[in-house]
Amino acid sequence: MATWIFYILGAVAVVATAMAVTRRNPVHSVIYLVNSFFALAMIFYLLGAPLVAAWEVIIYAGAIMVLFLFIIMMLELSPGEEADRQGPGALQWLPVLLLGAALLTCTLLLLQLDPAAGQAVPNWYASPRDFGYVLFHEYALAVEIVSFQLLFAAVGAFYVGRAASREKQPGGQQ
Amino acid sequence: MIVPFQHLLILACILFLLGLMTVLVRRNLIMILIGVEIMLNAAGLVLVGASALWQQLDGQVMVIFLMALTSAEVSISLAMVVYLNRRKKTIDVRAFDELRG
Repeated sequence: MATWIFYILGAVAVVATAMAVTRRNPVHSVIYLVNSFFALAMIFYLLGAPLVAAWEVIIYAGAIMVLFLFIIMMLELSPGEEADRQGPGALQWLPVLLLGAALLTCTLLLLQLDPAAGQAVPNWYASPRDFGYVLFHEYALAVEIVSFQLLFAAVGAFYVGRAASREKQPGGQQ
Repeated sequence: MIVPFQHLLILACILFLLGLMTVLVRRNLIMILIGVEIMLNAAGLVLVGASALWQQLDGQVMVIFLMALTSAEVSISLAMVVYLNRRKKTIDVRAFDELRG
């Protein structure tokens, strides 16, 4: 049963991502991508990672994609002057599709060669308790480094936004 | 769930290639960032799958760090997009070719 759910969710993820990639309106593609992330979150749950599944929904679909939506609305792109309203033509798609097909073929061949790839993923479940133990005991230093990285990102984003507003009014208060 | 690890890798590979094609083809800065998101998610799928295959939690921990990295990357790059849009009134990557040799 779970195996069939995995294949259905995988198909949903691939189709939703393909739709997201080919939409001309960025808002539509963000909504399709949220759909794809929900499917991926359920696959994570099936793979025994309930906490990662919840964070996929909360962080990716809830925070990052909503941030994308905010920025798209903030930029006030009118439909007439949208960056690629005609969308990329066949001339742009052809080499990229060829490259993608070549890479996919090579990957499939490699997977055929590798005996370990045929192993079945077993039934397994990692409780949030075990997860938290490993995260804060074995990876405590990495958690600190990542928190610093988030701080630097916040400062960087603040600086970029501030530099832009200072440029607009040069005599303004610092 | 009993599923061959191979199929998981194929799914992640397809998603990664879709993201890569988005980055290569689209000229809208926001769509390029969305392509990067798709690629990072495919990498996360491989990590969670490997975590389940070997029944070790390290893969899931890596996915959490990947999410933190992604949110940092997205916040800075979207701030850059807003800044570039203020400078040139467009988010078409063809407008930002001053460094062209």
